[in-house]
Amino acid sequence: MAGKLVKSIREAIQLAGLKDGMSISFHHHLRNGDYTLNLVMHEIAALGVKELTLNASSLFDTHAELEEHIENRVVTKINTNYMSSGLGRRISEGLMEAPVSFRTHGGRPRDIQLGITPIDVAFIAAPTADCAGNCSGKFGPSACGSLGYAFPDAMYAKKVIVITDNLVDYPLKGWSIPEIYVDYVVRVDAIGNPQGIVSGTTKITRDPVGLIMAQTAVKVIKHSGLLKDGFSFQTGAGGASLAAASYLKNVMLQENIRGSFASGGITGYLVDMLEAGCFESLMDVQCFDLKAVESIRKNPAHQEISAMQYASPAAKSAVVDNLDVVILGATEIDTDFNVNVHTDSSGYIMGGSGGHSDTAAGAKLSMIIAPLFRARLPIVTDHVSCISTPGRDIDVLVTQRGVAVNPKNQELMLRLKDAGLNVMDIQQLKAVAERITGKPGHLTRGERKVAEVIYRDGTVIDSIYSV
Amino acid sequence: MKKIIRSATAGTLESSDALVTVAPHENGVVIEVDSVVQKQFGEEIFRAVEETLRALEVKDARVSVVDRGALDCVIRARVETAVLRGEEDA
Repeated sequence: MAGKLVKSIREAIQLAGLKDGMSISFHHHLRNGDYTLNLVMHEIAALGVKELTLNASSLFDTHAELEEHIENRVVTKINTNYMSSGLGRRISEGLMEAPVSFRTHGGRPRDIQLGITPIDVAFIAAPTADCAGNCSGKFGPSACGSLGYAFPDAMYAKKVIVITDNLVDYPLKGWSIPEIYVDYVVRVDAIGNPQGIVSGTTKITRDPVGLIMAQTAVKVIKHSGLLKDGFSFQTGAGGASLAAASYLKNVMLQENIRGSFASGGITGYLVDMLEAGCFESLMDVQCFDLKAVESIRKNPAHQEISAMQYASPAAKSAVVDNLDVVILGATEIDTDFNVNVHTDSSGYIMGGSGGHSDTAAGAKLSMIIAPLFRARLPIVTDHVSCISTPGRDIDVLVTQRGVAVNPKNQELMLRLKDAGLNVMDIQQLKAVAERITGKPGHLTRGERKVAEVIYRDGTVIDSIYSV
Repeated sequence: MKKIIRSATAGTLESSDALVTVAPHENGVVIEVDSVVQKQFGEEIFRAVEETLRALEVKDARVSVVDRGALDCVIRARVETAVLRGEEDA
């Protein structure tokens, strides 16, 4: 047991037998505060290992050092579910030879489990661990709450290295990932910067446009026929989505509706709803703020789930398939309701699906909430520049000027019209936006394929080209 | 005819706004546009600045627009304000 504890990251890498051409993995619960990926990559580069495949559940701007490792061919292939704009821009400019493979939060564990993207060495940043590798995100100075996305890495990688800055006596009480999967444990000074791991508070928007969208979103939910006892719900951490959660809470309390669960990335607003009795449980794959971290530590109804249980199509069942309503964002949506969350208005990579297409596929009502235009660019286009989530999985678009229902969901369209909501054709919404902004000129895409978007079932649904 | 005698600005660098700067210049109008929506609206922005200057009878000026996705009406208003702040009898 004590044999697992090694002195340094470098020693652990050597013991794990990392060689040229292998695959390594990281999880992203420490978000933009993560130190672990950079620490590990620095050691790998120093050891002279080359041509690795990097499989990371998400990559943030704090991982900008990767650019150097890509240029030096330490990393020659990236699999990820999300990439923020710093590295995304460089990838779009043609930094890598091999296209980046984007998956979803459900597709990643599926492909790891099925051996499509095998992992040789997984690195697990653990806010607390014991010397045998039992670990948890709930405790310690770098506490991040759930470790959901790290489960497939721990379970299926050939070698698993736990890196912690809070080593405690064996056995850790309340572990999430058990020792049975762990080969080596390393103690470091800090696995991350708590300031960047979770925001102190996630805030409701004060923008009147966002508040109107949030109120409309809740009207759509209320009149969808789904808001009744047993209701289940997911929303992102965007300002308007949080405002919608807050309005929804008021409606549920007024009408005395007792929901079943809320899932996904969990914020303090969902914790408030749990504590107010709106839901029986929270199903948490990732904590977004300190209130969520505190809640998952203290409240047994706030439950940690693995990436597989969250969204994997290879799991025998998953939480997303039990969702009634999900509220999602979009950088673009086209008149066929296809949604882009991968690239910005100039075609640069600035995001990724995360759980977007998983929840859209699973939920009975998938709602996109977005302003009619952002910085002069209409949100509705003829064709999105990248399909992240296919339009067949989207039921309704909510904007500040009106609501467009996917014609495939006639029942919802009738319900919303009967309720007096301003239901418009999506073409009409596009025209309203273009009257205000002008008609945008077309972008010409580059020659080179820089990324591919792999849907949760393993099929490539789109490619992203250089800018 | 309006004469620009001093450097003046209007607007901000907030999203959906533009920062417009006018400055004295000899021999005609020079317009520079730097926009986050250059590819989609670069020409429209240039034309909005040109038309606003013509309407205000500004014949000689250097005008720079740093655009953060402002609507056409905002661009025109910011240009007009910058001209009024920079002109002779202001």
